[in-house]
Amino acid sequence: MISQLSWKIGGQQGEGLESTDRIFSTALNRLGYYLYGYRHFSSRIKGGHTNNKIRISKKPIRSISDDLDILVAFDQETIDLNAHELCDGGVIVADAKFSPKVPEGIKARLFAVPFTGIAEELGTSLMKNMVATGASAALLDLPIDIIKEVIKEEFGRKGTAIVDKNIEAVSRGAEFIKDETGGPLPELQIEPADGQRRLFMIGNDAIGLGALVAGCRFMPAYPITPASEVMEYLIKRLPKYNGTVIQTEDEIAAITMAIGANYGGVRSLTASAGPGLSLMMEGIGLAGMTETPVVIVDTQRGGPSTGLPTKQEQSDLNAVIYGTHGEIPKIVLAPSTIEECFYDTVEAFNLAEIYQCPVIVVTDLQLSLGKQTAENLDFENIEINRGKIVSEIDPREDGKLFKRYEITEDGISPRAIPGTKNGIYHVTGVEHDEEGRPSEAADNRQKMMDKRLRKMENIQVTNPILVDAPHETPDLLIVGMGSTGGTIDEARSRLDKDGISSNHVTVRLMHPFPTEEIKPYIEKAKKVVVVENNATGQLASLIKLNVGYAEKIANHLKYDGNPFLPSDIHETCKELK
Amino acid sequence: MATFKEFRNKIKPNWCPGCGDFSVQAAIQRAAANTGLEPDDLAVVSGIGCSGRISGYINANGLHGIHGRSLPIAQGLKMANRELTVIAAGGDGDGLAIGTGHTVHAIRRNMNITYIIMDNQIYGLTKGQTSPRSAFGFKTKSTPEGSKEAALPPLELALSSGATFVAQSFSSNLKEMTNIIEEGIKHDGFSFINVFSPCVTFNKINTYDWFKENIVSVEDIENYDSSDRIMAMSKLMENNGMLTGVIYQDKTRTSYENHVPGFKEEALNKQELKLSEEEFNELVAEFR
Repeated sequence: MISQLSWKIGGQQGEGLESTDRIFSTALNRLGYYLYGYRHFSSRIKGGHTNNKIRISKKPIRSISDDLDILVAFDQETIDLNAHELCDGGVIVADAKFSPKVPEGIKARLFAVPFTGIAEELGTSLMKNMVATGASAALLDLPIDIIKEVIKEEFGRKGTAIVDKNIEAVSRGAEFIKDETGGPLPELQIEPADGQRRLFMIGNDAIGLGALVAGCRFMPAYPITPASEVMEYLIKRLPKYNGTVIQTEDEIAAITMAIGANYGGVRSLTASAGPGLSLMMEGIGLAGMTETPVVIVDTQRGGPSTGLPTKQEQSDLNAVIYGTHGEIPKIVLAPSTIEECFYDTVEAFNLAEIYQCPVIVVTDLQLSLGKQTAENLDFENIEINRGKIVSEIDPREDGKLFKRYEITEDGISPRAIPGTKNGIYHVTGVEHDEEGRPSEAADNRQKMMDKRLRKMENIQVTNPILVDAPHETPDLLIVGMGSTGGTIDEARSRLDKDGISSNHVTVRLMHPFPTEEIKPYIEKAKKVVVVENNATGQLASLIKLNVGYAEKIANHLKYDGNPFLPSDIHETCKELK
Repeated sequence: MATFKEFRNKIKPNWCPGCGDFSVQAAIQRAAANTGLEPDDLAVVSGIGCSGRISGYINANGLHGIHGRSLPIAQGLKMANRELTVIAAGGDGDGLAIGTGHTVHAIRRNMNITYIIMDNQIYGLTKGQTSPRSAFGFKTKSTPEGSKEAALPPLELALSSGATFVAQSFSSNLKEMTNIIEEGIKHDGFSFINVFSPCVTFNKINTYDWFKENIVSVEDIENYDSSDRIMAMSKLMENNGMLTGVIYQDKTRTSYENHVPGFKEEALNKQELKLSEEEFNELVAEFR
């Protein structure tokens, strides 16, 4: 028996692949398997090749695999584009309707299953994806009852007739495979899992949940791939907690509305990707200058401009760190797992209010959209800290305002929410004095600039970096961020077998840069490889700028729109060592 | 109850003597007092430009934001605290050039906000360039041969965008302007108010005298019915947009906040933030 395998389903966008993937993976999740999903899709609604890949494992996994064990194909294009990933002895399950052929040179077994034929016998060709679900389940010898249970949940609202037909389609698909194979294929038999129901979610869900739990009650946002799921999560759940989502006219309105709401005392966030982030720059500057808390989620995708809207990239780093004109206090967090997407979003709201500045949570497409198994989220770990908000203010002499921008030792001034008795002050993006009144005085300008930037000197963030450093002086230190951590770890276990020792640092706090935390690991490594999904090595540049050691820092870059494979990192690291 | 004097602060505006914006400042202060507000209950959110400074010249919560973005900021604030009276204000460049997109969408969203455009048909703070309200042929620093673009009609734009309150006034007519702003504050929805606020320094064409000669009050139009949208549009077109008074009001449609599912009468910023453990567990269980 094997401990893990990879399954992929492909066809034209709009053919029901998503629901096959959802039902199949939900069933596997309930059986207790760890899952890691990857969606290959295009920027269109119907048509165009699309595929979903799931890695299934008895043990925790956080990476896509190099190869593939089962390919479910709705058309020949899927086979032609993906069969090369199949390992020797891999299986293609394809709709008999298009007379599938195995491409030359591919050693894979083909099972032509009448997906469409069976579905049509049952009344509609639409159910061909359910036949495929049954065929997939039979190949893995999964108990069919668990699939039935998930189908009941998925289609229950449509009535028992629909549920029964779908279950029939699944059963027929499973029977067909059993007849063809004459029993389970030994090379696909995966060890049974522990039956524990873990969380199975995408990063964007975890961000939405984190926002809700953090007390965020308002989200203005503009739809964009791959960020929209955050707003979709919140619009379904916020009304129960008295809040709401507004789909704004653009991202400029989204950020400025979020700033308005935070100024009004309501925790508010917006989420976008590169193109929206570019539009938000003036708003980020306003939040920095007026010391208004705001949380912005940037789900990175392929840039520049419209770039590769549905593909993986990590190229917004410079924009999130340096973006907006002038100099402002700002915090940038980069979660690297689903769990961190949740906890970091909660923390982002606290940081925004404690330090009264914009906080950007930066993810990447694979982390935002790749559905994965997550460990349980802990209620006890959730804390809401609203920073220095004052609610009782003494009356002042006529003409004086509340000192919203009072010069303080740590740079953080008490904040009054509009509507607070005696709490009137002025807010302006123009340089201002302690009451918020516009001021161009040189002395005031320097004091205010220093005050705002002083807030960044003692930022307290949970785990600015994650470290896995079993070696005192490793051959290699591999540094990454975002979704690449699991892939780096798989590559490291292969390097171990090659006799190459490696440590791993994941940078989670991008700004202010955790120089002191990273430095010892850079110092001790013989060579540093920075793994990032962009073309210019933005993270490596940050390390060189802040920590130094340029001579021993090498880049491993990938910017073809796809996430790293363990083999990519393994091979490069072997060469660079 | 606060008097209009309590909405004054001791700041001397940096507007030129004779600027139309002084009247807008006074009208907001008077309207706020007349509607029974206290300074703590009022927020004025403004854009950038000479007119944008107005939020600093009224004793109330004031936010002077980014060029063209007063409306989204004001809407965010209103969502956070619907108990607050929110007035947004800015120039014609702010609301009808760089911020036009927000203006149109704020109008159709119809939150309970009063929006005042201080329309001087020129860019003043940048020292005299053409504005979207400048007439075809209008000569400025940026249009030395005269503007080759048509002037944008703000009230027709508001009407066609689904506005529920459309009004216009003129800086020489403080009493009418105060009344209109008061009506705007009371209106349950988005109130769009355009004010002819002459720039005495850079606009030598659209002067106080010019406006006095050209404006027509709806009071002087026989059988004018401000609940009739078609009449409003046709009278505006007949008069080249130069009507003053409350031109259109739809009292049947209530403000956006009333239509948001789950949204309470009490301000959102007063709601409990922390979830119970039971609620949390329920949310997490959706992903099992």
